[in-house]
Amino acid sequence: MEVDATLDSGSEGKSYGTIFLDMLLHFQYQTLCKKIIYICMCVCVCVLDEARRRSKNRRAKAQRKTKQVSDDEDEEEDEDEAPRKRGRRKRTKPQDSDQDDEEDKRRVRQKGAKAPRRKAANEERDEESEEDQGKRKKGGRAPSKQEKEDQNKEKKGNVKGKDETNKGSEKDKKKKNGKQSRSSSSEDESEDESDEESMSEGEIAALKEQVEEKKKLIATLRNKPWRMKRRLVLLKEAQEFVEKFEGALGKGRGKKLYAFKVMMTKVLMGLPYGSIPRKTVPRSEQDTAMDFSVLFDFGVRILASSLCQGGSLLRVYPACCPILGYCKYSILFYGYYNNERNIGVLKFRLPLSYLLTGVGIFGYSLMVVIRTMARNANEGGDGGDEGEFTFSWKMFTSWDYLIGNPETADNKYASITTSFKESIVDEKENQKDENIHLQRFLRILANIMILCCLGGSGYLIYFVVKRSQDFAKMDPASLTWFQKNEVEFVMSLLGLVCPPLFETIAELEDYHPRIALKWQLGRIFALFLGNLYTFLFALFDEVNDKLETEQELKNATEWAIHEYNANYSSYYNTTDVPPLVVNPADAVRGPCWETAVGIEFVKLIVSDMQVTFLTILIGDFARAIIVRFLNYCWCWDLEAGFPSYAEFDISGNVLGLIFNQGMIWMGAFYAPGLVGLNVLRLLTSMYFQCWAVMACNVPHERVFKASRSNNFYMGLLLLVLFLSLLPVVYTIMTLPPSFDCGPFSGQDRMYDVVMETITQDLPAFIGTIFTYATNPGLIMPAVLLMVLAIYYLNTVSKGYQQANLDLKKKMKMARDEEKNRRNNKDSTNQVMKDLEDLLPNKSLIPPPTEEEPPHDIVIEKGSKSTKMKPGSAGKGVNLQKEVSLAATNPRGPVAHPPRARGGPPGHLRGPLPGPGRGRGRGAPPRT
Amino acid sequence: MGNKQTTFTEEQLEAYQDCTFFTRKEILRLHARYRELAPHLVPLDYTNNPDIKVPMTLIVTMPELKENPFRERIVETFSEDGQGNLSFSDFIDMFSALCEASPRELKTIYAFKIYDFNRDNFICKEDLEKTLNKLTKGELTPEEVTLVCDKAIEEADLDGDNKLSFADFENMISKAPDFLRYRHLFCYVFIF
Repeated sequence: MEVDATLDSGSEGKSYGTIFLDMLLHFQYQTLCKKIIYICMCVCVCVLDEARRRSKNRRAKAQRKTKQVSDDEDEEEDEDEAPRKRGRRKRTKPQDSDQDDEEDKRRVRQKGAKAPRRKAANEERDEESEEDQGKRKKGGRAPSKQEKEDQNKEKKGNVKGKDETNKGSEKDKKKKNGKQSRSSSSEDESEDESDEESMSEGEIAALKEQVEEKKKLIATLRNKPWRMKRRLVLLKEAQEFVEKFEGALGKGRGKKLYAFKVMMTKVLMGLPYGSIPRKTVPRSEQDTAMDFSVLFDFGVRILASSLCQGGSLLRVYPACCPILGYCKYSILFYGYYNNERNIGVLKFRLPLSYLLTGVGIFGYSLMVVIRTMARNANEGGDGGDEGEFTFSWKMFTSWDYLIGNPETADNKYASITTSFKESIVDEKENQKDENIHLQRFLRILANIMILCCLGGSGYLIYFVVKRSQDFAKMDPASLTWFQKNEVEFVMSLLGLVCPPLFETIAELEDYHPRIALKWQLGRIFALFLGNLYTFLFALFDEVNDKLETEQELKNATEWAIHEYNANYSSYYNTTDVPPLVVNPADAVRGPCWETAVGIEFVKLIVSDMQVTFLTILIGDFARAIIVRFLNYCWCWDLEAGFPSYAEFDISGNVLGLIFNQGMIWMGAFYAPGLVGLNVLRLLTSMYFQCWAVMACNVPHERVFKASRSNNFYMGLLLLVLFLSLLPVVYTIMTLPPSFDCGPFSGQDRMYDVVMETITQDLPAFIGTIFTYATNPGLIMPAVLLMVLAIYYLNTVSKGYQQANLDLKKKMKMARDEEKNRRNNKDSTNQVMKDLEDLLPNKSLIPPPTEEEPPHDIVIEKGSKSTKMKPGSAGKGVNLQKEVSLAATNPRGPVAHPPRARGGPPGHLRGPLPGPGRGRGRGAPPRT
Repeated sequence: MGNKQTTFTEEQLEAYQDCTFFTRKEILRLHARYRELAPHLVPLDYTNNPDIKVPMTLIVTMPELKENPFRERIVETFSEDGQGNLSFSDFIDMFSALCEASPRELKTIYAFKIYDFNRDNFICKEDLEKTLNKLTKGELTPEEVTLVCDKAIEEADLDGDNKLSFADFENMISKAPDFLRYRHLFCYVFIF
């Protein structure tokens, strides 16, 4: 997601920062997770649990809120009904009258008789509230109330002189009255407890349903495209309704249950922090949590054990070292960890966990990458839609509403203009194939040149690595700094020089920018990968050398110990030989190739970081300063002309991140500290680059997305992951570990640790199972099965794709057909027009809206047109025009114009007249 | 509330909370922002729902809207009187619709209203031209503008009436790629 967002938002600086940050954080997070997850899986589980619980809470919150409201009022109601009621009425009054007032204003603005109307409205409200109270005081007078209400309505109608069409609110009120009367009746019944059964089951059910509906309305009120005042009024009504009926309905069992539920939610939610389990570590996880302390205990323990063991010269703890100083023997590298099978009381199996972590990181990363890709593929739905709405999308979705900075806004304007122009050019462009032969020749030439570049850079790296091995055999003191760091220097330089070179060569090809970008990225990718692999092969040569020297050393050491033992026993004439005591700093040590590999990777990362920072400082910052300040005394415009400011290369940076990740994957097995180091690097570079982008970069002049979905980059990442997995797994499976350093010392192969654990620590039958499972006879069929499954799924997905395409084609055809049909329908339209002309009051109809608007989008318009009183009938017809195209009788609605105006907003119950629903101020668009 | 003086009653806050996507703190903060715009007009005490409106000219100076090419339209759309004068309810309504939490459907509806400059419930060519000119600051030539508008209508118009109804608009937006939709259509306006 991040990657694509980056690409997309290429045009304005502000988003760069945030998105880059996102991206880096994402990677950081991944690396961190990988590191942590295998060390303390349980903690993660705990965290996950917590997250789940939290999200659940969040979900419950909304519900809870509404419940609490009604509940609170419930309780209050029990305490003192009448006074509170009155109070609430009073409180409602201003709002309601406001609402009426406002509606009136809109409806009858021209008449301008505002004051009396307001008075009337107030009166009405008063009466209503009085009635309500009366109702509540004395039961069983619902019908009379109804009458009164009706009278009231009439009066109001007289006072206001409203015609019927604009009585959306009237309907509203009517409904409310009905509701109230019903509520009063039901209350009566429920108050009279013995009468409870007299309310039929159906009624109760209906009421319950209504209550539920109201509750739903309250919960979804914020999603409705209504004016705030209307919302407030509706909310009030709904709350009152719910409150009333929950009280009424719940006299029996239901209420107790409800109260219990509420109490439970209160009890559960209201608990103070700390008394909730998620805040404390579970007892079962306390043990494993302590593994951390075991881990950090190593230093002392290893030193002590190595001193005590004496005879084995395995682990040594020197004070200094010539190459990386203390770091070489720090926790950063493979060599630091020793091969003790169990550590501490908890028997932490370091070698095993080391191996499993190393492999598990790959497994986890693979899973994450694949899952992200799958999700993107689902979400993206990329394919045929691409060209369908280019202009519309550009028109309606190109402005970024986050922009708040004038400069960014200017950039955005420019970028939007460019993108429009681009589309126009694309649109106009006819495939002009002039001199295709020349173009082909140029493309081939360009590719040859780039291949040469790639080959040359690969050879250069191989050469340099070989040379560095020669240097390594020489005395370190006699080497210059450059000779020591040649490899990294050359690699970084290549990474710096080649991409622009490729870009220049790519000019020859004259591709469409989008395709050109893909080619460019592919080439850079190939370059990086080639360099990395050359580097690796050279490293393997070195490793083999080291293995040989190690073998010699091992023999010599064994010989020496044997000699010592023999001498000792012959000298003192005893078989009880005390262990050889050697100061660890003086001990003979093997080359420990794993640490050497780790060191190479750390050096690579560090130099990469240096180059990045230097590039930014010189290429961006210095350039920006020069351009800015030299511009005052220069003969041409530096800012607009040649050097200009540096552009922020999004795709290049993303690619850099991907490669960085690849190096981490490769190096993490031999230098576990690399992950931590990389987190630091990413953090600093994020802030640094953020600053640079904001301060001295300009956005790309034209931004082209490499692809619509981010799977392009994810695919690259997957490839890198796979390629970095190969060497690591190869070394784990084939190369013998160093005999005197690292967690696997003393074993023939690293994976022997697993075997050892299985045979020694697990019950026998698991070992047997494992033997069976690893039997080639079982593995081969399994692989075969998987391959077949992949084949099958692939076929199925292809089938679906085909079906999709067909459907799309059909849709397009249907669309075209529809268009044609509409366009060719003038004759039928004419008939309808004639019919309309015959209707009365035609002259007074406001300019007709040709089509029934799907939702109540423009309230003003609708209400304006209703200002004309006599037009109401015509309006009804007019409204029906579109419907009548389908219906047989266009005159149908004229008979009941007021009903066609739609029900009161938000009152979902009750029969609404069919055609008018969803029109004007009527029902919400999505109910 | 920590405030010395009550701005809203509990009930009002509850009601606003139910009607918007904001928490009570955010509502209070919004009120403060609203008041900042016109301190002499807006009282601190809102318990009796004073009928006060802040004119559009003040609203559009807010940093959230200042750079937006459609700022006037946005304010107009959310104002009760259609003139751009916002009462506090309108104000909070606007930010509720603009905020991140509000669902896409709601945003689509309001976006349609905003792009419908002449308020005829359709986005017609005129509206498109206005939109385009606002987006590009009038940098395109008239021919280009016409071409783009024609193209846009041709693409999105399903019923062939040469203007975009809400259904067309919704259909078009719903097919926009996710990142476009969420980030750009109508996104989070920073208030806090």
